[in-house]
Amino acid sequence: MDDTIAAISTALGVGAISIIRVSGSEAIEIVNSIFTKDISNVKSHTIHYGFIVEKNEKVDEVLVSVMRGPKTFTTEDIVEINAHGGINTTNKILELLLVHGCRLAEPGEFTKRAFINGRIDLTEAEGVMDLINSETDAARKMALNQVNGKVSSLISNLRNDLAGIISNIEVNIDYPEYEDIKIMTIDDIKSQISTIENNINTILKESENGEILKNGIKTAIVGKPNVGKSSLLNRLIGEDKAIVTSIKGTTRDSVEATFNFDNIVLNLIDTAGIRDTDDVVESIGVSKSIKLIDEADLVLFVLNYNERFTDDDYVILEKLKNKNYITIINKIDLEKKIDDSNLKNVVYVSALEDKNIDDIKLKVKEMFNLDKIKTADLTYLTSARSKAILVKVLKSIDDVKKGLETDVPIDMIEIDLKNIWNLLGEIIGESYDEELLDQLFSRFCVGK
Amino acid sequence: MYDIIVVGGGHAGCEAALASARRGHKTLLITGNIDNIADMPCNPSIGGSAKGIVVREIDALGGEMGRCADKSLLQIKMLNRAKGPAVRSLRAQADKITYPKNMINTLKKTTNLDIKEALVKDVITKGNIVNGVLLEDDTSINSKAVILTTGTYLNADIMVGNTRHREGPHGEKPSNYLSDNLAKKGFNIKRLKTGTPPRILKSSIDFDKAKIELGDSEELTFSFDNEIFYDVKKQIPCHLIYTTPKTHEIILNNLNKSSMYGGLDDIKGIGPRYCPSIEDKVVRFKDKERHQLFLEPESLFYDDIYLQGFSTSMPTDIQEDMVHSLPGLEKAKILKYAYAIEYDAIDSKQLKFSLETKIIENLYTAGQINGTSGYEEAACQGLIAGINASLKLENKEPLVLKRSEAYIGVLIDDLITKGIRDPYRLLTSRAEYRLLLRSDNADLRLTDYGYKLGLISDDRYNKFNEKKKAIQMCMDEFKSVRVTPKENDYLATLNTEILSAGMSLYELLKRPEIDVTSLTKYLSNEYDKAVLEQIALEAKYEGYIKKSLIDVRKMEKAEKTKIPENFDYDSLHNLASEAKQKLKEVRPDTIGQAQRISGVNPADISILTMYLKG
Repeated sequence: MDDTIAAISTALGVGAISIIRVSGSEAIEIVNSIFTKDISNVKSHTIHYGFIVEKNEKVDEVLVSVMRGPKTFTTEDIVEINAHGGINTTNKILELLLVHGCRLAEPGEFTKRAFINGRIDLTEAEGVMDLINSETDAARKMALNQVNGKVSSLISNLRNDLAGIISNIEVNIDYPEYEDIKIMTIDDIKSQISTIENNINTILKESENGEILKNGIKTAIVGKPNVGKSSLLNRLIGEDKAIVTSIKGTTRDSVEATFNFDNIVLNLIDTAGIRDTDDVVESIGVSKSIKLIDEADLVLFVLNYNERFTDDDYVILEKLKNKNYITIINKIDLEKKIDDSNLKNVVYVSALEDKNIDDIKLKVKEMFNLDKIKTADLTYLTSARSKAILVKVLKSIDDVKKGLETDVPIDMIEIDLKNIWNLLGEIIGESYDEELLDQLFSRFCVGK
Repeated sequence: MYDIIVVGGGHAGCEAALASARRGHKTLLITGNIDNIADMPCNPSIGGSAKGIVVREIDALGGEMGRCADKSLLQIKMLNRAKGPAVRSLRAQADKITYPKNMINTLKKTTNLDIKEALVKDVITKGNIVNGVLLEDDTSINSKAVILTTGTYLNADIMVGNTRHREGPHGEKPSNYLSDNLAKKGFNIKRLKTGTPPRILKSSIDFDKAKIELGDSEELTFSFDNEIFYDVKKQIPCHLIYTTPKTHEIILNNLNKSSMYGGLDDIKGIGPRYCPSIEDKVVRFKDKERHQLFLEPESLFYDDIYLQGFSTSMPTDIQEDMVHSLPGLEKAKILKYAYAIEYDAIDSKQLKFSLETKIIENLYTAGQINGTSGYEEAACQGLIAGINASLKLENKEPLVLKRSEAYIGVLIDDLITKGIRDPYRLLTSRAEYRLLLRSDNADLRLTDYGYKLGLISDDRYNKFNEKKKAIQMCMDEFKSVRVTPKENDYLATLNTEILSAGMSLYELLKRPEIDVTSLTKYLSNEYDKAVLEQIALEAKYEGYIKKSLIDVRKMEKAEKTKIPENFDYDSLHNLASEAKQKLKEVRPDTIGQAQRISGVNPADISILTMYLKG
């Protein structure tokens, strides 16, 4: 119970600020390692502005509250991260916390800690117990269901193949006198390990896409004034008779309209007044665009066919470097003045004449690999916990590769292989048991 | 009146009796046949993967098996040299005449130790505490503690083809009452089975058709005494042959005659998951064209060759055909036929970590009665049972080795926490921290315990401390002495990258291509090979060792949370029912142990933890 736990403590959804809560002796230290500002010595019960970063890259702009124990709910140190509402971002932050040493809190665990640490008195305790009991039962079910059938069988297959290698190594070690049993070679291990690595990378990538598919793509339309953003939007929406709901935004960010096509949901952010008056939208300038880019999963970067590339465009383009974006060159009904030779992901349209609007949709599908994902049986992981485990698996795979390159003996390599096997087991809810030994004895003929 | 009675004179019994007597307790060893003490009824070898490390551990704790094996060597080699330091292990062919003789001599020389030939019918209890044993002739002998090391003798049945005889290995008298009487006292009795291959007359074998298998050319010992009793140049070879298509044909055509495949219809025993017999191998691995067999010498004093890999329960006439189908054995004369054996064992989950039974106080069990297989597995349990029975009589805490300390700890924890389904063989893969449990460091891990228990002599302990000191000194030198680019000419001869700046010897040693002996010229002191080996392992595998240590710390944290002995699992309504049942059966001492029970999942563990802390 001395480990540091983390969980998203607000309901996941669009439109609201989400709070990620971290509690435990290492709470401040762990958050500190992914936060731009040094909070290791700040006063208790203070709030700090900054960015959550991963390897120097900004993940999100946040407010961080630091509360030192014992005057906290759990009596432990608590740090709360107020993040943007996007599911992707929130999950990403949680994932980072898990990678940096937090354990995902079980449902009710913050309450549980409060109880154990004597923060809640005995009368309340009975009620808390009931609460925890019911929640843990649910948690057990959740643990079973959090990976869906397809990904579970994929991981299970990878794990089985790995078990084949491990048990082969083990049988070489434990029954060295069996000379006709195949000896595992570095090449065998290398090829197997690459297969696992590729599959895990695919799962991680598809998980991202899967989540996007499930929760909608947070989409920003950016560009200089007067490139035709609003008419483009109206064309997109009008075409598909999409439902445009106006959700009351918070002060931090908002999804103001959602529309969908072919089961894909686009959540449009900051469309302020887009349907009422062109003027407002057209007034969105470069600085506003840059802010929007940070928040979006997808950026529609609109340019004018009839206009030369400007410095402002370069600024936006620079910002888009690591983003999913589509360059939409509008107004192809006019004369070409733009130099489009170095642009990527380009779609040429005319919002006015309703030309090629469907190309945008195709591009979205292509970009997120959405054609390959069947909505019914998605190959993706939904929990941050599983993703954090996969990241650890990739790290161990790296260790195996390094070991193989430096001629480390097989018994050491096997330490990392077994670790990978255990981690994969954690995801699909299988523990060590006697499984590997069964493998060994069923695959290899050894006796007395 | 004895302090401790040990029932059974096999490898477990001998170690138990010696530990008890050496610790100053008046001890009686009761055996069915004095001539069969420390007998090796199956393979003529000691050690093997993981098992060889256990023998080293027994030695470091002050047990006898290592020393005794060193005095009885026909051949010895280090297994898995190339596979890495964690899994290296000694394996020896030991002389089946010399080994028991050496052991009996040691037993006879030991003060406080009497030996008696008799069969035990029951254990006598006073209330819930053992008070001695009742012999089959109805005389009783009293004692304060009893250790049962009855091997495969409980209700033993020997099976050949369609015949079943109530007898122990080699036609010895079995124990017909003890297991039934234990059942009456509340022990769950399991039925297990195993087997042994035929023995062949050496002079009837044409060894030219076999591949020769030699011992290592380097002198090796199990014991940290490092005393050499054999001539490294005169080791006795083993030979390797393979089964033929004809062998497989004979087996498949006569399968229903094997006891295990229909010859007998009342087989209840659960055999090992590995193939206990050649017919199992042929049936379960149909695609394999051949199976390897070893011709192992049993002794310098008689002519039996042990046909390793050829255990069977076929009738004798089929055994003749099978053996004659093997290359070089066309005219072989079988001296002893192979047989399968069924025997009773108790449920090891009814034991405490000290190997004392949970049901009867001061009663201990060790060896095959607990469901293990193998001489080494038996011996180490015997040693621990002997130590703990004597500690109990002295009102002292038992010796419980951790999984991170010794294979012995792994074995006993497996027995108690997981229980056994089939005869338990120790494997390196059962140890999660095997990089820490090496053959080379068994003395560093366990000698202190042995010394404190009074089982390691002052002389041996002094030598051990000198070694420890030398390791420290050597490590200091390696870390402080720096090599500079001036040495590049020499380094080039080692096929290693030359230096552009100074580097400590320790850093240099980390390079895979650098052998520790190539750096000793920079040291001011001379060190033993064993000392240098420790430095090299530490330097080369530091990262991996650290990983293991982190895992150990995690486990130890979980082991710190104790579970009260009479904890009411039923009161936790939301534990999964499977977990509840398993927890009640095993009654783990700590959360760490509870985690290792199969069927207890992480959610159950956190609920348990919460209640314990709340």
